[in-house]
Amino acid sequence: MDIFSFEFFQRALAGGALIAVTAPLMGLFLVLRRLAMIGDTLSHVSIAGVALGFLINVYPIAVGLAFAIVASFGIEALRKTYRSFAELSIAIIMAGGIALASLLFTMGKGFNVDVNSYLFGSIYTLSRTDLAVIAAITAAVLAVVLLLRKELFLLAFDEEAASVGGLPVRFFNLLISVLTALVISAAIKIVGALLVSALLTIPAACGLVLARSFRQAIGLVMAIGEAAVVLGLWLAGVWNLAPGGTVVLLLIAMLLGSLAVRRMRV
Amino acid sequence: MRTSESSFAPCHREILALDRVSYAYGSQRVLDGVTFIARERDFVGLIGSNGAGKTTLLRMIVGLLKPQHGEIRLFGTPIGRFKDWHLIGYVPQRSHFNPLFPATVREVVLSGLYGRRKLLRRVTREDISRADDAMGVLRIEDLADKRIGALSGGQQQRVFLARALINNPKLLLLDEPMSGVDAQTQANFFQLLRHMHQHHHLTFLMVSHDLETVLSYLGREPKETSGKLAFHVRHSHDLEDCEETDLLHTLRKEG
Repeated sequence: MDIFSFEFFQRALAGGALIAVTAPLMGLFLVLRRLAMIGDTLSHVSIAGVALGFLINVYPIAVGLAFAIVASFGIEALRKTYRSFAELSIAIIMAGGIALASLLFTMGKGFNVDVNSYLFGSIYTLSRTDLAVIAAITAAVLAVVLLLRKELFLLAFDEEAASVGGLPVRFFNLLISVLTALVISAAIKIVGALLVSALLTIPAACGLVLARSFRQAIGLVMAIGEAAVVLGLWLAGVWNLAPGGTVVLLLIAMLLGSLAVRRMRV
Repeated sequence: MRTSESSFAPCHREILALDRVSYAYGSQRVLDGVTFIARERDFVGLIGSNGAGKTTLLRMIVGLLKPQHGEIRLFGTPIGRFKDWHLIGYVPQRSHFNPLFPATVREVVLSGLYGRRKLLRRVTREDISRADDAMGVLRIEDLADKRIGALSGGQQQRVFLARALINNPKLLLLDEPMSGVDAQTQANFFQLLRHMHQHHHLTFLMVSHDLETVLSYLGREPKETSGKLAFHVRHSHDLEDCEETDLLHTLRKEG
């Protein structure tokens, strides 16, 4: 039986292919700014939003997105308070997100909510609306990143120099967080909240060991993300596996491959 | 202070002014009423031990921190209203960047042109040729497509200097540029800075530990001290006129 002929699978594949471009791209900027764990935090907070959405009967991805954006402002605010302990603010917001999600999910026990599909991802539940939202988010994120890629590069490479260049550093930091929140809330239904950060960080980890230039790194992370997601979703569809887990294990295999290539080069 | 400005020779404009600048992290006061003026073509060494507030002061001068008290002026304009950031070149501490960062020498040098002035603008052919000039002047053109993390410390210093020079700046800020390289490389690099100071229309602010090479050039007696910070200054009189020239262009001609 050919899985590709099912409409639900075509939708999942299309959504995955879109997310596989933007998630690794944002991940690259986050990793280079040493904020790799921010993805994990925002995804856990957006799960709380999804739960609330089910509870009050509002489109869950929209509520998840709103939560993630509020959380990204919260992280920036806490980062200022704790200065050099930036990861502390990330840990606090993440704990808050999980706590809130668990409360909301127990309150919503009576609803027919498939929690698993949001935690581990599902290729069966992507609706037409979901796909449209994912497409819009992808277009918006790509447009912003491509237009501002020079400035984002400078910011990631050298914050002081970016400030001397006259760039509004605080605005750019917030912009990166908000774009990440957008990507994550679009991705959780496919990859799952628990694993979405892998799609942000592992392609970047491959890019760091393989790429010589920034331009190469951008191309590489998108290619690696795309290959892992498309192949992963196909395998998950054929063998009825959890899509998020399949994609992430493929990513880890690619990372091992990248490290081996690097070793051969040296 | 600013009314007397006209009494100075044209080559003696105020470039950077710190007027009773203070900063504290919580109850811990790092800077207390720092006052200092750097004039055109001064070479200023900002010398202080760890924790003396050098980094805090530098972050304020580049606009990343706001002074809690006092005022900072750049080229006579209070920093809050200062817009001409292209007049300032910045050379970072080498240890601040990750050697795994995927960027070539050319990409890093070009990034000196990215700023508010060119927001959303594409990289032009002229930009590329300016980057080539800057790399040529510092003799790193052969390294253009190498990954910056693969270079030696001395080569990396030159890359960052090329990035700072690409905008034809009037003020060069150097944050511990000598850290983490051997004595010979330090001496060579300082020789280069000295040459630029003596023959070109540039003002320098170099943040440093107590450094023998720097002090022997600037003089051991600080012009101003503030807490654990000391400002050592040497003015350059070698150029008679104050002609404004394209720095990269003249450096290139000198070969």
